[in-house]
Amino acid sequence: MTEPLLKVNNLKKYFPIRKGILGREQGSIKAVDDVSFYVNEGETLGIVGESGCGKSTTGRMIMRLLDPTEGSIEFEGKDLAKLSNAEMRKARREIQMVFQDPYASLNPRHSIGKILEEPLIVHGLGDSKERKRRVNELLEIVGLSSYHAKRYPHQFSGGQRQRVGIARALMTNPKLIIADEPVSALDVSIQAQVLNLMQDLQQDLKLTYIFIAHDLGVVRHISDRVGVMYLGKMVELAESEQLYNQPLHPYSKGLLSAVPVPDPDFKREQILLTGDIPSPSNPPRGCTFHTRCPFKMDACTSEVPGLVEVEKGHSVACHLYDERFNNDI
Amino acid sequence: MNSRKELLQVRELETTFFTDDGAIPAVDHISFSLKEGEILGIVGESGCGKSVTSLSIMGLVPSPPGKITSGEILLDGKDLTKLSQKEMRKIRGQEIAMIFQEPMTSLNPLFTIGNQLTEAILIHHKSWSKKKASARAVEMMKLVGLPRAEELLKEYPHQLSGGMRQRVMIAMALVCDPKILIADEPTTALDVTIQAQILQLMKDLNVRLNTAVMLITHDLGVVAETCERVIVMYNGQIVEEGPVELIFKNPEHPYTKGLIHSVPDMRFKKQRLFSISGNVPKPGTVKQGCRFAARCEYAFDRCQQENPNLYQTAEQHKTRCFLKEGKEASLDDRTAIESK
Repeated sequence: MTEPLLKVNNLKKYFPIRKGILGREQGSIKAVDDVSFYVNEGETLGIVGESGCGKSTTGRMIMRLLDPTEGSIEFEGKDLAKLSNAEMRKARREIQMVFQDPYASLNPRHSIGKILEEPLIVHGLGDSKERKRRVNELLEIVGLSSYHAKRYPHQFSGGQRQRVGIARALMTNPKLIIADEPVSALDVSIQAQVLNLMQDLQQDLKLTYIFIAHDLGVVRHISDRVGVMYLGKMVELAESEQLYNQPLHPYSKGLLSAVPVPDPDFKREQILLTGDIPSPSNPPRGCTFHTRCPFKMDACTSEVPGLVEVEKGHSVACHLYDERFNNDI
Repeated sequence: MNSRKELLQVRELETTFFTDDGAIPAVDHISFSLKEGEILGIVGESGCGKSVTSLSIMGLVPSPPGKITSGEILLDGKDLTKLSQKEMRKIRGQEIAMIFQEPMTSLNPLFTIGNQLTEAILIHHKSWSKKKASARAVEMMKLVGLPRAEELLKEYPHQLSGGMRQRVMIAMALVCDPKILIADEPTTALDVTIQAQILQLMKDLNVRLNTAVMLITHDLGVVAETCERVIVMYNGQIVEEGPVELIFKNPEHPYTKGLIHSVPDMRFKKQRLFSISGNVPKPGTVKQGCRFAARCEYAFDRCQQENPNLYQTAEQHKTRCFLKEGKEASLDDRTAIESK
């Protein structure tokens, strides 16, 4: 087997909580707590979870928009976590990001042409003529036209702006795209257009995606493998088909059964998760999910379950699948 | 289901926004009714007029620039569009209550939950003592499933989670036993597991208190799981209306079909999503012909020229599309509903 394109090992991000006039550290928010995964070339890894689970923080750390507290991010043999800022800037040619709100991430005072040209200037690619040609080429690729280059972000609809956001990410010909909720701000009919575009681009340009979203339907549609996060931890990671057909972690089960399905005849056994997500500044001891888990055991309140492969390619962090506790489930 | 009384009737409602770019009809001659105890879904994409419809019913259209320019909204025979501000204030809360998408912006951060709940009670029951009002507040909070209700009365909105805040909003809306609850995207800002809790609560309350609910949403999944009847809106008009089973199993309007097929299904993987081409038009930009013609794969010449009527295709099913013209259900007494 070939080496994965990206390998994330024991990644952690703790945000300090400072209080008082001296700003002493009073503890920390464990936004991402010991997360490991890999992404193969040409595949899409989906990361799902509810707000505050650390999915965006994980994406931002891979881009080094946030510095990890601990852990390594291996991309093509280099550890991104150890690069200097200048080296990282070069590395970003290969890794680009698409953001949720295209309006907030496009400079309103710059024309689309200028916005798209900028990554090339930053990376010192091509002369003025070549850059212009590349801008026009990319506009066509994402389904816009070259005359759009003269327009400004406010003249576009949400879907078109997201196309510009995607075009900008593709300017430097990257290998890996991290898409953080790229379609959640869009209307349903436009969302489908953008998802189809992303799938086409992946095939044509051999892209690798990390697709971060809270919408489980969207993630299933686009992902080959899916990781479920809860309170800073990866609780389950599997092939998309496996995860959706046979979720193992009680949280994944609850999450999947909570998604409303657009079919009035569809009946299912609903596992209604009670309670709220606990605060990440004071997470529960042991398994962080035990406060909402319907299958809680004694061990769950004291011992943190590790992410263990229980079937080929299907890992889960739950004591229910630990032979030591000898369960029948 | 048919015999149920119509609580609220909206007839030929038109709400126009007068802006620098001219008059924009955000809601363009829509007619529908809400029956006693039912859950009616209104679904559509941004700019389709679903929120303006609800604000028009509540008399909360920001004015200027907005104004109800024609039509009537009948509640128990009273036309709400003709009432004064003072009379309308009595309707709001007591007859029709509303909850919004983001509960944090609807709650005052400077007052405790108890303060805000009892204020709502005392406005409508002027003779009540504070003690009686706060007892009622606790009762309401228990009804919506809030834990440790007595303690929560003393807490501030920021101390509550998103799901709890939305429960407080529902408690506040139901405090005067309204007949109608309008919920405008009540779960859009919430996580899915919390959304499931809130939708379940709204269904329970609908059964227990027999409050009719008008649920405004963009999420077809939420409609399928919660509503009995659904209205699909596009660019200020109703394009399809019918019982949920019919609309999802046998959608007639090309827009409804496209919308249902555009949603990625969590249960199985589609190779490729169906997508409606083009963009969602801004209200008022389509001047002639069917509003959907520019994006419709079935569009023919006539669609560019005339706007189709809302044709009654089955007993409770209406569709605004020329493809359904002449295919109306046996219409002895029911003629195609006239619309502009």
